[in-house]
Amino acid sequence: MKFTFIDRRWIFLLILLGVGLPLIIPLGFKLEVSPDAQMVYDVIQSTNENRLVIVSFDYDPASKPELHPMGYAIIKHAIEKKHKVVCTALWPMGSQMADEIFHNLQKEMPELIYGENFINLGYKVGGMVTIQAMGKDMRNVYPKDASGKSIDDYPMLNNMKTIKDFAYVVSLSAGTPGLKDWIMVAKDKYGVSVLGGATAVSTPAFKPYVNDQKQLNGLLGGLKNAAEYEYLVGRKGTATAGMDAQSVAHLLIIAFIVLGNIAFFLNYKKVKE
Amino acid sequence: MNYVLPLIITFLAGLLMLVSEFIPHKPFESLVSELEIWFMIISGFAIVLGQISLLKMNIFKIKYKSEGWKYCIVTLSAFFIMLLVGILWGTESQAGLLGGGERIIQSIGEKPFDYIFKYIYQHLMASMFSLLAFFIASAAYRAFIARTLESALLLVSAIIVMLGNTSVGTSMTSFLPQSLNFLHLPNISKFIMDYPNTAGQRAIIIGAGLGIIGSSLRVILGIERSWIGGKK
Amino acid sequence: MIMWIGEYMKKNVFVLLFIVVLLCFLYAKEEFRVYDLPNDDGTSLQLEWDKSLADVGQIEILKSFDNKYFTLMQIPDNVFQFTDTDSSFSGKTIYYRLDVKNKEGELINFYKASAIPKAQWFNMQKLPLLIVLLILSFAIVYFINSAKRGKDLYIRRINGLDALEEAVGRSTEMGKPVLFVPGIMDLDDMQTIAGLTILGKLAEKTAEYHCRLIVPVSKSMVLSAAKEVVKTAYMQAGYPDEYQDNDIFYLTDDQFGYVAGLDGIIVREKPAANFLLGCFYAESLIVAETGFASGAIQTAGTAEPSQLPFFVASCDYTLIGEELFAASAYLSKDPQQLGSLKGQDFGKLVIILLIIVGVVLEIFGISVLKDFFTF
Repeated sequence: MKFTFIDRRWIFLLILLGVGLPLIIPLGFKLEVSPDAQMVYDVIQSTNENRLVIVSFDYDPASKPELHPMGYAIIKHAIEKKHKVVCTALWPMGSQMADEIFHNLQKEMPELIYGENFINLGYKVGGMVTIQAMGKDMRNVYPKDASGKSIDDYPMLNNMKTIKDFAYVVSLSAGTPGLKDWIMVAKDKYGVSVLGGATAVSTPAFKPYVNDQKQLNGLLGGLKNAAEYEYLVGRKGTATAGMDAQSVAHLLIIAFIVLGNIAFFLNYKKVKE
Repeated sequence: MNYVLPLIITFLAGLLMLVSEFIPHKPFESLVSELEIWFMIISGFAIVLGQISLLKMNIFKIKYKSEGWKYCIVTLSAFFIMLLVGILWGTESQAGLLGGGERIIQSIGEKPFDYIFKYIYQHLMASMFSLLAFFIASAAYRAFIARTLESALLLVSAIIVMLGNTSVGTSMTSFLPQSLNFLHLPNISKFIMDYPNTAGQRAIIIGAGLGIIGSSLRVILGIERSWIGGKK
Repeated sequence: MIMWIGEYMKKNVFVLLFIVVLLCFLYAKEEFRVYDLPNDDGTSLQLEWDKSLADVGQIEILKSFDNKYFTLMQIPDNVFQFTDTDSSFSGKTIYYRLDVKNKEGELINFYKASAIPKAQWFNMQKLPLLIVLLILSFAIVYFINSAKRGKDLYIRRINGLDALEEAVGRSTEMGKPVLFVPGIMDLDDMQTIAGLTILGKLAEKTAEYHCRLIVPVSKSMVLSAAKEVVKTAYMQAGYPDEYQDNDIFYLTDDQFGYVAGLDGIIVREKPAANFLLGCFYAESLIVAETGFASGAIQTAGTAEPSQLPFFVASCDYTLIGEELFAASAYLSKDPQQLGSLKGQDFGKLVIILLIIVGVVLEIFGISVLKDFFTF
């Protein structure tokens, strides 16, 4: 039969159409909030006003499609809850990701003011070593913000001494250094709640940390959870738009798998005969 | 080559890191931090070695007109352009040798380094990452064949998890009553991810962890020497 | 008898009253308490206060090293403890004052407490970790010594490693090179070191078969180590002239730049055998699929659970988790290294037993084992 062997280029073409078309013509598939997204939401929702929180941008542009919408929605939620958002980065390009979110979010949230409820402390090399140093003296680790201004000039950071002054840490992580380092140091050593945002492919590796001991207080995994979080904060962002494309792509892959199996069994019957 | 000194350093450093994990008293914790900082400094200097290797290889290919030498020109051009613009005008948060680049910012909107980073590099990275979508489709078509019972189970689980991660899967079983909520595709998908998948991942992590302990002990005790090019 | 007790009580009532008051004093919980934080390096003190104090008004903590107090922190609502971490603590007494103020900022009441920060020589929270580590280490050392004494140790077959020679032979017959990728992490990752140990064995084989070996690396220190490993392997195989320095080169530190470079090498050089052994992340499927499309025989190995499914789907042989670390022992057949593998297996047995015992105890509501390992 003709589909006993499909040239992979046909597969690539169908995937291109399957992912591209829903982005242009949204299909509007229904979204249901999962317990995972709800857990992260509940932690931020239940945190008191005026608490310092860290959002760590531990990814680069390659993982932006999945993690950027999470960062956007989480910071929006935190600002709405009147938390003081302190952005850090363990990856070099993370700082630029934070700046991008700030500039875009400021357009829809005039109450977002740099230095009053949002600050970007920039990238620090060292991974786990940096987080350990944060546990001792954060002002020594970050004497200046990303623009070079002294942190003493920002009243929102007056009460910032160590990582223990923060209500929670959100790590948007694409690899190492990242979420695992925050869990091992911020949570296990200093007892600070850690929330995670990870790409879909690395989410299963972090699932074991969402346990009774609350090594991870919540985990957003992949585009689906990002879209659910956008729904929870009332924002239709790129994750929501991407869910249609992801749904179609998954259906296509399932179709290819079914075709592959049909081809295999037909071939198997032929050989047997 | 004399392996005695590297092995002694390995043993002492390994022992110190191990012991410091359990002793919070000074000076152990600060010693460990120092060693980690030393590693970062050494790897910073080691970057120069890598750049020399890159330049050497590409210049060699251009010089002898080896196959694909024209691509080496592209590599070297990109390397030197980024290096030059970074040194001359700096980045968003740092000035370069020629100052803050105000004139250039007025004409193109940002500094050349940031411009190239945002409009070329970021998109190149995202494009490479997006190849995964195509490759996963071709890998799934080839690999998910129900040849045996185990592969059939794998196939069914994969389909359920994929459907459960989409809005389509949610819609397919949204008609189910509350009493049959456990058959809702996203719930079955979550069950598979939370229990069998997590159990398997934990088993692999435990096995790998034991492997790391065994390997590390062999390296620290000097039994394993091939990583420094030596045989026992 | 009753009269005697009554007389005794009358004489000693004040003594009894004093004892009761003393006991109350000793066991009464103070409203504001400061104590040394255990299991630390002597730079932290834990401050705790009763919830009733927070209900009265705003709380402010002041600190003093001698007699002068300075404001340390304004405490947010619903917070009843605070850890003061100060690297300048040097074993002297630190004094704290907790001020309770009303909404207008007027002082209603204050409480004082003090403590001496002390560094502990052992972190008791890590005792379970130490016990497990000691058991594992003793097991590994025991089996290494058993192997030294000549005991025969059985190791099951690992197909991926058995196919190493076959893959190199295939490459030699086809006149194509062998590609080895040691992952994208640096030399501080054990997977990279495990990959390099296999590279040494592979390099000996390619030297014997006079087959070209290409090793593109992502990190500069891995470049130095890889060059040393391959050079030594070629010398030990007796073919130092076959060593090509230019075939071991640095590409880029960037993850997707590296995989783009690898794909280019696979498409242009068309290696007949690919070895992807080390730490991989998202780029694993891209390089594995490209290798598959080029028709190469592929052996992959990583301890990253998220990348293993991609390797299993695209590669002919996959070393899963600990098999990557066992490769060196498996290929060298060195008794001491095989002994360490046996020790690892013993460690696995201990963990399996702990899991079974722990699950059974939890079913019966006894959480002693779980509590012991929780830190």
